[in-house]
Amino acid sequence: MSGAVTGIVVVVLIIVAALAGYFAASSTISASTTTSTSLVTTTLPAVTSTQTEVINGTVTKTLTSTTTSVSTTISTTTSTPSVTEILTGAGSTFIYPVLSAMIAQYQQGTPSVQINYQSIGSGGGISALEGKTVDFAASDAPLQAADIAKAPSALTIPATIGAVTVAYNLPGIKSNLHLTGSVVADIFLGKVTMWNDPEITALNSNVTLPAKSILVVHRSDSSGTTFTFTGYLSIVSPAWNSTVGQAKSVAWPVGLGSNGNAGVAGVVQGTSYTIGYVELAYALQNSMTVAAIQNAAGTWKLPTLSSTAAAVQGVSGLPAGNGVWSSINLLNEPGTNSYPIVTFSYIIVYQDLSVVNGQSLAKATALVNFLWWEVGNTAQTLAGSLSYVPLPANVVALDEATIKTITFNGQAISITATQ
Amino acid sequence: MNLRLTADNLFKVITGVVAAAALFILLLTGTTLLNGALPVIEKFGLYFFFGTKWNPVPGRYIFGALPYLEGTLVTSAIALVVGVPVSLGIAIFVVEMAPRSVRVPVSYMVELLAAVPSVIYGLWGLFVFRFWVVDYIENPLHNYLGWIPVFSGTPFGLDVLTAGLILSIMIIPTVSSISREVISAVPNSVREGAYSIGATKWEVIRNWVITYGRSGIFGAIILGLGRAVGETMAVTMVIGNTVGPAAIPSSLFKGSQTMASLIANGFLEASPGTLEISAYIGVGLILLFLGLAINIFAAVLVTRVLKVKGGAVE
Repeated sequence: MSGAVTGIVVVVLIIVAALAGYFAASSTISASTTTSTSLVTTTLPAVTSTQTEVINGTVTKTLTSTTTSVSTTISTTTSTPSVTEILTGAGSTFIYPVLSAMIAQYQQGTPSVQINYQSIGSGGGISALEGKTVDFAASDAPLQAADIAKAPSALTIPATIGAVTVAYNLPGIKSNLHLTGSVVADIFLGKVTMWNDPEITALNSNVTLPAKSILVVHRSDSSGTTFTFTGYLSIVSPAWNSTVGQAKSVAWPVGLGSNGNAGVAGVVQGTSYTIGYVELAYALQNSMTVAAIQNAAGTWKLPTLSSTAAAVQGVSGLPAGNGVWSSINLLNEPGTNSYPIVTFSYIIVYQDLSVVNGQSLAKATALVNFLWWEVGNTAQTLAGSLSYVPLPANVVALDEATIKTITFNGQAISITATQ
Repeated sequence: MNLRLTADNLFKVITGVVAAAALFILLLTGTTLLNGALPVIEKFGLYFFFGTKWNPVPGRYIFGALPYLEGTLVTSAIALVVGVPVSLGIAIFVVEMAPRSVRVPVSYMVELLAAVPSVIYGLWGLFVFRFWVVDYIENPLHNYLGWIPVFSGTPFGLDVLTAGLILSIMIIPTVSSISREVISAVPNSVREGAYSIGATKWEVIRNWVITYGRSGIFGAIILGLGRAVGETMAVTMVIGNTVGPAAIPSSLFKGSQTMASLIANGFLEASPGTLEISAYIGVGLILLFLGLAINIFAAVLVTRVLKVKGGAVE
């Protein structure tokens, strides 16, 4: 009998030791290695884009955490540890392709900084920021009232711009369909079920639509793309607003769900008579057939880099970085050339970086310099090459003013990065 | 007993530790899930277990997990109905009928099926298998038998039938290898006795061999069912991921969701501290209860109904 008692006591001790270790380790989530000694000065670029978001939730996390750049130089005679600042960020999958490319390029130019970004989704990023376990968060949805309460004095910095396209698969129809927002809402509500419904044929008199039922494809995971798309539908369709509403994950009345932008793209391209929504970069890279949506001015606009940029051109009335952004969107913007379903993707940081766990002046300086570089010309041109729209000048100016207000323990931070 | 450091005492302690740890982990899992699910159960009560609407939009929360329980049961049932006969067939073939030279390669190939990661099954299902299912199974069934409710609805390949078929492929290695062990452990005296009274090969297998090893085979089936119930990634890619009342699998060709795929889809991006996270943990709790219920049912069935005769293999 006492053998079993001893066994149970040992188990309890092991559990206590494990819990103690967990609480000690949970103060920081950066899992990257403290660097090994090395003679190499160049950095290996981080793994960039083209990972299928289908496996995003599980494999991507491990991928980013094992991507290390051997970024320090030390002499062969001494074994002094390197002074690499390791920054951590988490959040949106939408911004992940462009952000990882930017990080790779920045790390090449600034070997003393290593940035570790985990694309666990906008919601996960915000909650990590609220728990003060990451240095910055990236989110497609701006902070809502509940988030602002949990992350006081957080700054909102638009980092890039993207658009959501309505992609479809109709065999034999080569030209782009014309659809209005309310027709798209009716399709996704299940009110319009056939491709040759009068609502659709009225807008497309030059095309013969087949008498087939529409298969709607939506996202099964929680996503900023869904947030943007449902936001647009809520604006153009009162029925959608009252029945479904806007959120990162909604109760879809009809349709099949697929995981990630890649999943939706795969299902739409692989099955005929489908309609779905994918983010612009995916649609462009996979050469998908997209619909031209009628914008607020009445023009039919295809989603392109220029029509997305046009939507942002005239945007004004943006709040300051420390203001409330919860009602800010770029949906249904005026202007004849504007595409109506456009969104910012935001980077969110605390105004006083000393509140984050394990922060130091050096780390804060590294983060501020990276953000300064990110809104600058070099980084935004890189974004443009990856089918993300560069920030317009007025938004860049707003961001720069915001970044200058970031402090560490009340102390202003010197910005030395070149853009 | 004395506490001298003998090998025997040390062995007793170590096995005690391991057994206690397993029990402790189970209790810890259960209490953590219960704790996390309390908010949603307090808010919705029994509706959470028996309701069908699921709305994760903040301000419009309704959470009813019944469709996902039904989805899990339907896909697992299809997996068992298709997978168990195939697995038993493989096991019987390998033990009873195959020439000696074929035995090892065939069983090796079958076990290789278990080495394929489930994400690969999901990708293969999404990009290849579902088109075969649509062309060769679903469209003919729908065209000729579409008037039966269970075959109604235009088939697109992303539904419970495809998910069930992929699951059946995934449980074949488990069920067949354990059944093979059970069938080969049937003593030859049983077979010889049956042959001696004039039974044919099929009668021997059906009436004596399978009956003798039925509790072991039943255990294999339960293990396969456990794998089918818990399988996440492969299912979430091919099952269609519908929500709410649209997820009730009233037809084989309708999309649905299983409890595991629901959690995989939504948990990572839900904001913590909200009712939504609590709802996902609640679904996890239902899944745990389902697993416990299956195992208790299996244990009762084995000890009470399939009364194990003396000398039979467990």
